[in-house]
Amino acid sequence: MKLLGFIVVCLTGALLLYGTGEFPDWGDPHSPASLHLSNYYIEKAVEETQVPNLVTAVLADYRGFDTMFETAVIFCAGLACFLLLRDFQEKKERFYRHTPTGIILHVKDAKKTLTVGREFEHMDKEWVPSDLIIKTVCRILIPFIQIFALYVVAHGDFSPGGGFQGGVIFGSSLILLAISYDLKTLVRRVKEKVLGIFAAVGVLIYVGIAAICMPMGGNFLDYSKLAPLIPGDPHHIRALGMLGVEIGVGIAVMAVMAIIYINIVSEGRHDEGL
Amino acid sequence: MTDLLALIVAKYNYWLYVILMMIGLYAMIAKTNLIKKLVGMNIFQTAIILFYVSIGYKTNATIPIIKNAHDAHGAVIHAADYINPLPHVLMLTAIVVSVATFGVAMALAVRIYQRYQTLEEDELRMRLSEE
Amino acid sequence: MDNYPALIVVTPLLAALFAGLAAWIEERLSYPIALFGLAVSVFSAFKVLMQVIDSGTIHYRLAGWAPPMGIEYRIDLLNAMVLLLISSIAFLNLVASFKSVDQETNDRAGSFFTIYLLFVTGLLGVTATGDLFNLYVLIEITSLTSYAMVALGDRDRGPIASLNYVFIGVIGASFYLLGVGYLYMQTGSLNMVDVANILQGHQGSSTVLVAFILCMIGIWIKMALFPMHVWLPNAYSYSPVAFSRVVAPLMTKVMVYVMIRLMITVFGFDYIFVTLHLSEAVVWLSTIAILAGGVMALAQKNLKKMLTYIIVCEIGYMVGGAWMGNQLGMTGAILHILNDALMTFALFLAVGNMVYKINKVDLIDLKGLFGKMPWTMAGFVLAAFSIIGVPPTCGFFSKWYLILGALEKGAYHFAVALIISSLICAVLFFKVFEICFFEPMSHGHGESHGPVAIEEAPVSMLIISGLVSLSLIIVGLYSGTIVNTVILPFLK
Repeated sequence: MKLLGFIVVCLTGALLLYGTGEFPDWGDPHSPASLHLSNYYIEKAVEETQVPNLVTAVLADYRGFDTMFETAVIFCAGLACFLLLRDFQEKKERFYRHTPTGIILHVKDAKKTLTVGREFEHMDKEWVPSDLIIKTVCRILIPFIQIFALYVVAHGDFSPGGGFQGGVIFGSSLILLAISYDLKTLVRRVKEKVLGIFAAVGVLIYVGIAAICMPMGGNFLDYSKLAPLIPGDPHHIRALGMLGVEIGVGIAVMAVMAIIYINIVSEGRHDEGL
Repeated sequence: MTDLLALIVAKYNYWLYVILMMIGLYAMIAKTNLIKKLVGMNIFQTAIILFYVSIGYKTNATIPIIKNAHDAHGAVIHAADYINPLPHVLMLTAIVVSVATFGVAMALAVRIYQRYQTLEEDELRMRLSEE
Repeated sequence: MDNYPALIVVTPLLAALFAGLAAWIEERLSYPIALFGLAVSVFSAFKVLMQVIDSGTIHYRLAGWAPPMGIEYRIDLLNAMVLLLISSIAFLNLVASFKSVDQETNDRAGSFFTIYLLFVTGLLGVTATGDLFNLYVLIEITSLTSYAMVALGDRDRGPIASLNYVFIGVIGASFYLLGVGYLYMQTGSLNMVDVANILQGHQGSSTVLVAFILCMIGIWIKMALFPMHVWLPNAYSYSPVAFSRVVAPLMTKVMVYVMIRLMITVFGFDYIFVTLHLSEAVVWLSTIAILAGGVMALAQKNLKKMLTYIIVCEIGYMVGGAWMGNQLGMTGAILHILNDALMTFALFLAVGNMVYKINKVDLIDLKGLFGKMPWTMAGFVLAAFSIIGVPPTCGFFSKWYLILGALEKGAYHFAVALIISSLICAVLFFKVFEICFFEPMSHGHGESHGPVAIEEAPVSMLIISGLVSLSLIIVGLYSGTIVNTVILPFLK
């Protein structure tokens, strides 16, 4: 198998390198790739869409249809992780820890439930005591990370950023909560149903804004026809449409990052992991 | 020979990324551990993304965000001052697709481990032929 | 209303999202939402086909920007026919799946319908688009949803089959993406028609040659052309029945459509057949594919696996026909997309009915099935005759065009392979018929004496199965009309 792999790799590599023979040099401003379409985008995008960040302008307006399906891809991934791994079975044995003394009770039969007072806490076999320094530092950091994520989404029109980037940062703040405290804290705060609904609602915002353009007289995703619906300067309607879809993308990506993390790390049982 | 060398030096970025792609492809085909194959898949897809992004570079050009866009209306924008935004847009999509595929493949690996307690391909083949 | 092209693709996507929401809130609503979404899509596809037949190619600009600045949907006769095919098969399959989904996905029916609709959206989008990179994104949606669905089937072998499918599928899609990258390098554009215009002046370039080879190899991996077919039998046999009924007829045929689209619209006949001379090598490859598929099908002991190897064989017909280089061969290939999708759908519907009742379809389990499930077996027999190529079923007509095309080109090996594979399929299916008709009841069915109890599948599944099998004959009888109205004007 290794020999076959090596031969295939050499042949493919030789084919690809043979194809680079006629490539333009690196950084050549007169290559065909830098002349035909991209010149149009660089020169005309600001006056047509009022958005200085050219990457966002092309991503959310000119090629917004691709981005819509990309958001659908990330939604599929979250849904697939949920479908494949989620296991709703109850656990067989329980552990309780007496907080003042540290004694651990192991109850083997799940049917006998102990009514525990406030001194006992329910824990799992893989429970690891969490460090006070890490808990405190992360508790302070997480709100700032979330504000930064919102800034990245909202400012995507003027500086590097956008829906995907902001959504991933927000999702990583939720994962930080799960890592620094434990998974149960995250699952208690952000319920699974809420995450699932957010993921679908995010993509629905994108497709909804795009679909509303059709009854208003334009083609699908034609933001310029939304002008009667939104008060304000009709010149900026494309930028506002782009902001709306980026918000949808951010919500969907945040929810899906959290869903994928929770399901893979706990093997679907949502109890403990990492 | 000097021709070939001059060719390689002018386009060394493409050669580098093709070699990286082939390393990833070799890992996907020849390794027997499922996680090593997944890592190879990630290397392969990342090398393709780097290849595309390097297409858009222009010497002495800056990032594709128009400076002072709202102040100077009607100022002429020279295309040679800004790098090509289109490969970046295409690769945003490709990165998201590669992350999504990696997530689904991880979920599948977890399922396989739950059922068979092993991640080596030859052991899996043995178990399957026994059943 | 001229938004029908967008509606075909967007309505299943919207229905998928609403079904996803409904799965968390009120699960019983997912199925009606899914049915409604696909019904609107079928209607729009029908309207688009009528419009294209009347007034020619439709150019629909998404986001209002003219191509190549924006993405456009370019719907001509080939597109419109395949769009109608995909949406109708998906809709009929959804109607027939109502009873079996609960049995197979243990209470997660809402999420199952969501992923099913996303898969159909991907297929429809692949067919309708006129932009190279949009094609890649939609191929990835189709692949991702199918990776997830394959793993939901057999508990033991499903995830392994799916992981192998993931690795091979990612290699195929990435090769296609690299091919698009090389094309972009040379032309600077991503729209199919624009690239074709710019390529007129670059015929001898090594970049374009490598781009062509990479795109073709990527698409061949995705359509399971021999020897890159190794993912297909495991992935399709171990997936849930409701999903294998829609993926087996559609996914590989849509990839054949993509190959024909790249050959005709992007690279052009002159480049492929005059400048490159690759036609003979590929026709030899497809001959080997046909024979290998047939021989491997003979060795199988499980009905589902046997049918998947027949799919590998049929892909050989289509690739050989398309690469023959003359109009008859291409007509045969395009007609075979339509016919093979219907035949495979009819076969898998019958197999789905069998799995619903007896749970395993190894060939020994099929004993005496004709007495117990007569209507199902009638549909199966009709579909089998169509695959063998018996007139007046549709399979005969597309094979006829392919043989004529091969004889005109002088590729006698291809014509001989076609005839040999028909004989192999006849042997295969008559073996199955013998077990079903003549063997006595086995004890495993639970009754050994007494009159035969008819345990037929539920009425909804039977109606769909009967409808599709009848359509094989109807499409066969109307083949002439289809060729003259749709295929020949497209090839002009």
